Amino acid sequence: MKTNQILVRYGELSTKGKNRNSFIGRLRDNVRQTFADLGGIRIKAERDRMFIASDNEAEIEQAIRRLPKVFGIQSFSPVTEAELDMDAMKQTAFRVVEKLDRTGKTFKVSVKRPNKAFPLEKLEIMHEIGSHVLRSFPELSVQMQHPDIELKVEIREEAAYMMAEVIQGAGGLPVGAGGKGLLMLSGGIDSPVAGYHMLKRGVRLELIHFFSPPFTNDRAKEKVFDLAEKLSQFGSSVNLHIIPFTKLQQEVHKQVPDNITMTSTRRMMMRVADKVLEETNCKAIITGESLGQVASQTLESLSAINAVTRTPVLRPLIAADKLDIIETAQKIGTYDISIRPYEDCCTIFTPANPKTKPKLDKVEYYENFVSFDEFIQEAVDQREIVKFPQVKKNGAVYEDLL
Amino acid sequence: MIYLDNSATTKPKKEILETFVKANEQFYANPASLHQMGNAAEDLLEKARAQIAGLLHMKHVAFTSGGTESNNLAIFGTAFAYKSRGKHIITAATEHPSVLNSLGALEEQGFEITRLPVDHFGRISLDELKNTLRSDTILVSLMHVNNELGTVHPIADIARLLKNTRTFFHVDGVQSIGKLAFDQTAMPDLLTMSAHKIHGLKASGVLAFNDVEFKAVQVGGGQEAGLRSGTVSVPHAAALAKALRLAEPHRGHQKWNHDLRDFFMNYPNVKVLSPAEGAPHILSIAAKGIKGEILVSGLQKEGIIVSTSSACSSKSRETSHVIEAIRVPRDYRDGVIRISFGAFTTQQDIRHFKKAFERVNRLIKGV
Repeated sequence: MKTNQILVRYGELSTKGKNRNSFIGRLRDNVRQTFADLGGIRIKAERDRMFIASDNEAEIEQAIRRLPKVFGIQSFSPVTEAELDMDAMKQTAFRVVEKLDRTGKTFKVSVKRPNKAFPLEKLEIMHEIGSHVLRSFPELSVQMQHPDIELKVEIREEAAYMMAEVIQGAGGLPVGAGGKGLLMLSGGIDSPVAGYHMLKRGVRLELIHFFSPPFTNDRAKEKVFDLAEKLSQFGSSVNLHIIPFTKLQQEVHKQVPDNITMTSTRRMMMRVADKVLEETNCKAIITGESLGQVASQTLESLSAINAVTRTPVLRPLIAADKLDIIETAQKIGTYDISIRPYEDCCTIFTPANPKTKPKLDKVEYYENFVSFDEFIQEAVDQREIVKFPQVKKNGAVYEDLL
Repeated sequence: MIYLDNSATTKPKKEILETFVKANEQFYANPASLHQMGNAAEDLLEKARAQIAGLLHMKHVAFTSGGTESNNLAIFGTAFAYKSRGKHIITAATEHPSVLNSLGALEEQGFEITRLPVDHFGRISLDELKNTLRSDTILVSLMHVNNELGTVHPIADIARLLKNTRTFFHVDGVQSIGKLAFDQTAMPDLLTMSAHKIHGLKASGVLAFNDVEFKAVQVGGGQEAGLRSGTVSVPHAAALAKALRLAEPHRGHQKWNHDLRDFFMNYPNVKVLSPAEGAPHILSIAAKGIKGEILVSGLQKEGIIVSTSSACSSKSRETSHVIEAIRVPRDYRDGVIRISFGAFTTQQDIRHFKKAFERVNRLIKGV
């Protein structure tokens, strides 16, 4: 008896007509990448389901732990193998059901028997296994229609296979199936959550962060690194582009009146993002903006900022409540990183009274006196690009010490 | 010398000293500093903290200067934070002086302290504890393993008993952490540990805690989330994390404990004070009609280091409060010695001890 396979049921992609093959291929690649360090894993992607197998049970356990994070999977079930012998099969059935929560649950056994040489008929097998399980677990009751627990038994040439446990997947679409977008990652709570929602919709991410040394310190940068690391744990690696933003920010402060610097700064960010987007072949800019949260996130403000680009700006959190955003941030493990108290480039130059309803013509008028193109190009050229997941340099030193 | 006084302190392990030296060389910056070097020190400190919390199965960890400070912090900190809820605290008569004297100080400030009595083996009664609990009891403070006898208090049972009450539970785990297994499903609210009892460094300890808000005792720059001010020693923290990782229950201790119990059966003038189901690394005995210090110096001449009851009380002339609390017969009272094993103790050490004890006993009886 050995649990050496996992059956994976696809998410929404089962319904996606023509693109189906590319979706399945993408999911297979993402699963493969997620298990890159597990040498014995074999993946077989069929039209309706995927099988993940390994002769090493420890690898299967690891796989079961990691799969719930991979997008594009509706659910999956560990499959346990038994010898083609009634007693062995009964014992295996017992072990499989034993692992589940059974109190007050209904139960049935279903059998497929492609191996016609097996001495017992389908109904006999059902009866034997079913009554063995029910005798062992009197808390179960039988229900043939929509039972809580369905023990599926398949008798094949080489062995019998059983499964009952159904583990929820992350849903969504396989990352990469939806193209690539550029996420503006500030270090706050919202932007990583926005990134997560896009990942779930199958969009691969490039990340862009605006860094203003010496006004923001290395801790602030490290925070963004840690967030990028988290966002790289969903089956697809990410690149983080760190834009040196100090000069541009100071130039804006020289040119425009205090109460619209915020709008103007954000417009500069968009212009920088547009350049990076072109170079990285992204198709949209993604932000964590949520309507009404702060001065820059009013409809007036958003449209004044948006006017600087023709690229679609996606704002998956635009109508989300802060509390819901926080809940998601906690779920994906970015919240504790985001609340670390280091200033980012947005907080340090915040004017006392930013305009909540900036007028586009005014903003354009003030920006008009200087061409920012040079500064923008310089910032883009001098950016630092870091790939995640990343192996931390100091980690090994610390581990040696501890 | 054969060192059998591991409950007083232990010899630091080489790899722990190496960590301490290396951390001092490479991460000497102040972890509260904003610069790169401070950040690196802070990273190491937080890694050490996370490792300790994980190994202790507790949520939070504050670094202190050792067991005494941790006990002070746990008791004063909780008492002052929750005094509006009640002023009654329960402990046992055989606790460490850092607990008993803290509670004595609180008593002078109007707190009411119940000191549970113990039986001949230093055991409290769970029923008695239950009966003593009141609606205004804010804290129960007990040690896991008694430092003089090795008696084990049923802390998991007590943690379960107090779980859904408003009474917090502090455990002094100085003599048990790294030596006895803990029931992870029933951890106390506050847990004291000290590094030098598990082959780490002196002047280094932690107070680990779960969901309890206590007030700081030592105030200043607000380090350790305001709970314990003073520049945190990152090298000590790293060394403690390592000591805890390397510590594990020793297989030999139980065997040697049984072995010595059998051995002392041959001496009608010797009584074993430690309970049979106590911690394996501590064995206290009392010899009739002799002073413990004579036994200690006699054994020392033979190359064996043991102590009279606890190191804290062994220099004062008075009988230890623990020995008094378990009501050792008068003619045995002065003849208490404590044998305690550590990670470096060997089978051969025990053999030598037995031979040495035989010779010393003969010598003393001859007088």
